Amino acid sequence: MAKMNVITERCKGCGLCVTACPKKIVSIQKEKRNRKGYFYAECTDMDSCIGCAMCGIMCPDCAIVVEK
Amino acid sequence: MAVVFERPKSLIDVATHYCPGCTHGIVHRLVCEVIDEMGIEGDTIGICPVGCSVMAYDYFGCDMIEAPHGRAPAVATGVKRTNPDKFVFTYQGDGDLAAIGTAETVHVAARGENIVIIFINNTIYGMTGGQMAPTTIPGQVTQTTPYGRDPELAGYPVRVCEMLATLTGTALAQRVSVDTVPHIRETKKAIRKAFENQKEKRGLSIVEVLSTCPTNWGMSPTEAIKRLQDEMIPYYPLGVYKDVTAEGGNK
Amino acid sequence: MERNLMKGNEALAEAAIRAGCKCFFGYPITPQTELSAYMSKRMHKAGGVFLQAESEISAINMVLGASSTGVRAMTSSSSPGISLKSEGISYLAGSDLPAVIINVQRGGPGLGGIQPSQADYWQATKALGHGDFHLLVFAPASVQEMVDMVVKAFDSADKYRMPAMILADGLLGQMMEPVSFPEINADVHDKSSWAANGHGNKRNHHIINSLYLKPDELENSVTDRFARYELIKENETDAELYLTDDCDILLCAYGATARVVKSAVNSAREVGIKAGMFRPKTLWPFPVKELNKACASAKCLLDVEMSMGQMIDDIKLAINCSKPVHFFGRTGGVIPTPAEILGEIKKIGGAV
Repeated sequence: MAKMNVITERCKGCGLCVTACPKKIVSIQKEKRNRKGYFYAECTDMDSCIGCAMCGIMCPDCAIVVEK
Repeated sequence: MAVVFERPKSLIDVATHYCPGCTHGIVHRLVCEVIDEMGIEGDTIGICPVGCSVMAYDYFGCDMIEAPHGRAPAVATGVKRTNPDKFVFTYQGDGDLAAIGTAETVHVAARGENIVIIFINNTIYGMTGGQMAPTTIPGQVTQTTPYGRDPELAGYPVRVCEMLATLTGTALAQRVSVDTVPHIRETKKAIRKAFENQKEKRGLSIVEVLSTCPTNWGMSPTEAIKRLQDEMIPYYPLGVYKDVTAEGGNK
Repeated sequence: MERNLMKGNEALAEAAIRAGCKCFFGYPITPQTELSAYMSKRMHKAGGVFLQAESEISAINMVLGASSTGVRAMTSSSSPGISLKSEGISYLAGSDLPAVIINVQRGGPGLGGIQPSQADYWQATKALGHGDFHLLVFAPASVQEMVDMVVKAFDSADKYRMPAMILADGLLGQMMEPVSFPEINADVHDKSSWAANGHGNKRNHHIINSLYLKPDELENSVTDRFARYELIKENETDAELYLTDDCDILLCAYGATARVVKSAVNSAREVGIKAGMFRPKTLWPFPVKELNKACASAKCLLDVEMSMGQMIDDIKLAINCSKPVHFFGRTGGVIPTPAEILGEIKKIGGAV
């Protein structure tokens, strides 16, 4: 089991993590915005997360913490 | 479960002012990961340029000095020469390093100054709103090349790694990119090698990082990554242009 | 104290080393070059750093780097080179960094000449770079004063955390005179509260910076500096008053020109003209009180400079134009002679 946590207030919705995720389980959701008004990223299927942290490595804002 | 990936300690825990998808943030993190792994934050002094990363002193946890435009290598020389046991790095953009600061860049390498230069090449002036940089590619549209850069009028780009590789004082001149995770890992290895070179007093190490500028390229962050791959990497081939450790370690 | 015969440029360098200057970043330019050459011989042996930079611009920025870590740093040049350093000097002021910059003036503008000049007075005291700032400006008139003022410059620069300039000229730089070097305690100023020399995981990180994007923050940083400038104006002015108690005509001159003026004053006294001389040793802060005291009895003033007249503005301002201020100057590297100045004194003296 692994977990990808988005620090929602640091995310700028740039989407680089979306393309980096090998499991294609990260997306920029369009419902909630953070205080700066950005739609932030979220993991859509946490059970499939393998904790490879490629999303975090690609993130320019250290907005992703990965556990495994 | 244990945390396997998080912010490096020496990267200050604040939001950055960089635009969404700007890869400055990635390179900041990589430098700090290397500083953490080498345990040298307390002995490191960073020099930031004039450009988008001018306020990097708010992000790097080590002592920081803000240099005039183009002069970071000279400031770093002053720091290193009087504090030889400290780690000194400059963090500069392409306008800073390859336009106004070209003399400082060439001579810090000619002197074989024992410092690290992190050089962000995004083929544009970011902070001032997208003007042509010395690395702007022929045909590329910028605020000051509205019809695309025409070499007849605005000359050709400067390939910094190739240029500095010709200087004896250069220990490492390597061009990397942060467009993909494998390339990001390679960038981190290059930054680590640069800092190790400094520790071993091998001379000047420059890591040129191909980077994106979504806002001033007028693209989304992911489109900008694609443009880097399709246009920049062919024009600025990745690779090691000089590595004294590879050539038997002689200067 | 031993006294030895030294050339001005070299005495400046030796004085800096003895004042605890740990690094010198130079660039060749006449008439200052011997200073760098001397540093290249002596500094290394004295345990310091000598580096000839690729340009005066790089040199001043190397000073900025070294000074940021709390080290006493110096650079020197001559007029055109000082113009190149102006942005760096503005950054030094804006980052509250001490440093010593020596200008061995030569004729200008442009490439100008290589003979002595005082045509950088305005540059040094009014606007050596962009933005609201000043730097301490010392004007030696002898090789011994060059030594004493370098020591004073380093001390004041550290005390007030700002750049200091020695405004000399080619004549002083090239002349030889006996000098002695005072004992100096270089490390009297504790810089650990701001120096960026590696936090060693023992303190918060230090930032050396002159960028303040928020206007009120920039204003605060400038007004703080100007509060310090007021203190300096109050406590740091220095001038020589020569035969001024009863003078009818007060000559004003600084640096090498003052030596010529002094002999003209003596000649004038011999022919019964009560002349005196006011010689500022600090050009910024300008010795306003001292000048007013000096010209108390005078009916008029005669300012003599190796330029078209620049200090004359500060003289008029200092006395609020309360008395006529005449001017005599030679520029381009021409050095005025005592006879010429005596002629002026007589001309003016007659009309008084």
